[in-house]
Amino acid sequence: MIRFIDIYKEYDNGTKALRGVNLRIDDGEFVFLVGASGSGKSTLIKLITGEIACTEGRLMVNGYNLNNIAPKQIPYMRRTLGIIFQDFRLIEKKTIYDNLTFIMRAVGASSYEISKRINYVLKLVGLEQKAHSYPGELSGGEQQRVAIARALVNNPSMIIADEPTGNLDPQRSLEIMTLLERINERGITVLVVTHEKGLVNRFAKRVITIDQGKVARDETGGYYNGKTV
Amino acid sequence: MAKQYNIGYYFAEGGRSVLTHGLMSFAAISMIVACLLIMGSFSLVAINMDSMLGALEQENEFIAYIDESYTQEESEALRSTLESTYNVASVEFVTRVEAMEDFLSGREENELLESLPPEVLRDRYQIRVTDIEQMEKTVTEVELVTGIAKVTAALEIAQGFVMVRNIATTIAAALVGMLLTISLFIITNTVRLATFYRREEIAIMKMCGATDGFIRWPFMVEGMILGLVGALVAFFLQWGLYQLVASLMLDADGFSLVTIVPFSDMIQLILLTFCSTGLVIGIMGSLLAIRKFLQV
Repeated sequence: MIRFIDIYKEYDNGTKALRGVNLRIDDGEFVFLVGASGSGKSTLIKLITGEIACTEGRLMVNGYNLNNIAPKQIPYMRRTLGIIFQDFRLIEKKTIYDNLTFIMRAVGASSYEISKRINYVLKLVGLEQKAHSYPGELSGGEQQRVAIARALVNNPSMIIADEPTGNLDPQRSLEIMTLLERINERGITVLVVTHEKGLVNRFAKRVITIDQGKVARDETGGYYNGKTV
Repeated sequence: MAKQYNIGYYFAEGGRSVLTHGLMSFAAISMIVACLLIMGSFSLVAINMDSMLGALEQENEFIAYIDESYTQEESEALRSTLESTYNVASVEFVTRVEAMEDFLSGREENELLESLPPEVLRDRYQIRVTDIEQMEKTVTEVELVTGIAKVTAALEIAQGFVMVRNIATTIAAALVGMLLTISLFIITNTVRLATFYRREEIAIMKMCGATDGFIRWPFMVEGMILGLVGALVAFFLQWGLYQLVASLMLDADGFSLVTIVPFSDMIQLILLTFCSTGLVIGIMGSLLAIRKFLQV
């Protein structure tokens, strides 16, 4: 669960990225976070992942109070999250299997656990046949599915996808979003940052619109017109 | 999940990184070898100089002449007083007859000296000191002993020895400090290049919940491998170089008075020093290099 209570974020250069954000995302929800460039979406995601701290307000992520979290606790908080990036961010010199292995190694998993879990998530994203391929040998859609598998591999309670379809054609984008919907059906919270109105409106999920650092609209079964509000 | 699963991973990743960045690893090892060799060579020169100065110190002595009014028995009775004097290593009593014999040896053909009676000389003590630096103080104390008429000591030579040794030690220490700093700088940059190459991987690991320790260890292992391999190569090269220089010096006429400390006497010390220096440089270099990349 995520709780933003009157969150403000001002960067060192004086930019006021968030101005009193209040929102709550419960376990098991599927949420689209939309808004124009510079609206504060990325700042919001960075706050959730602990990359930056808020200037004011109270922030809770999956049971961790990020206002007074010890630096040593941040890795453990991040293990409750699975993050998907727009540019996939796969390690080119590692096979798909190894791209997932090193993430599980990072949390101290045994070889047995790694093998079992990777086979499971690769099957889930439909890439079990590509385990020993390299990222460069896969299409964009397949690479993003690997990124989704990587986000899932440590069994997080929430997936955060930052513009996951930004580099894909409409058909692949639909496939990825459908896959995320299937993951959400397994009880995992999904937060998708996007400004692709077609996809947002097609899936008819909860839509949170950010505009000038504030929550401008928050509707379940909402829509996005591609404009700010 | 237990951490023991990761130990093999740390070593495998560290070793793989050394091989993956072969050229950089070679450069880092070469620089460590060069630095340790220079450091080792200066240290060995310093050790040998210290050894030679130590030997010269053993030869260094001064003479305390005994009052002419003292009989030989009375003179010999001064031995215990002199032996208990500060910084005195040993005392040797020389009678005036022995002193005369010593004086005349090699001057047998000088007729003028033939009739010279031993009484013109005094009974004396040849006194060796433990610490050449404290010789002046010892001379002053011996001069105050009742029955000692006069003391002659080549204080300038003693002070010269001390000065040469102190300069050599200072230069060696300064060079060692300087070269260690250079080695640290080089290995830091080598590991920094490796971490820069893997910065994306590090950032992803951080975002997926890897602890700083988990990310740091493979780089530390890499630094340790570079440091240790460099140290071992430097050790064997140093050994060969030392033996070569030692044999050349012993064969050369100009160095007939020079004594060389055998390498075998220092082998454990040098191996331990090289390995520990290489390891410390490797670990510190890695820690310095990766610090920046962990701030995600």
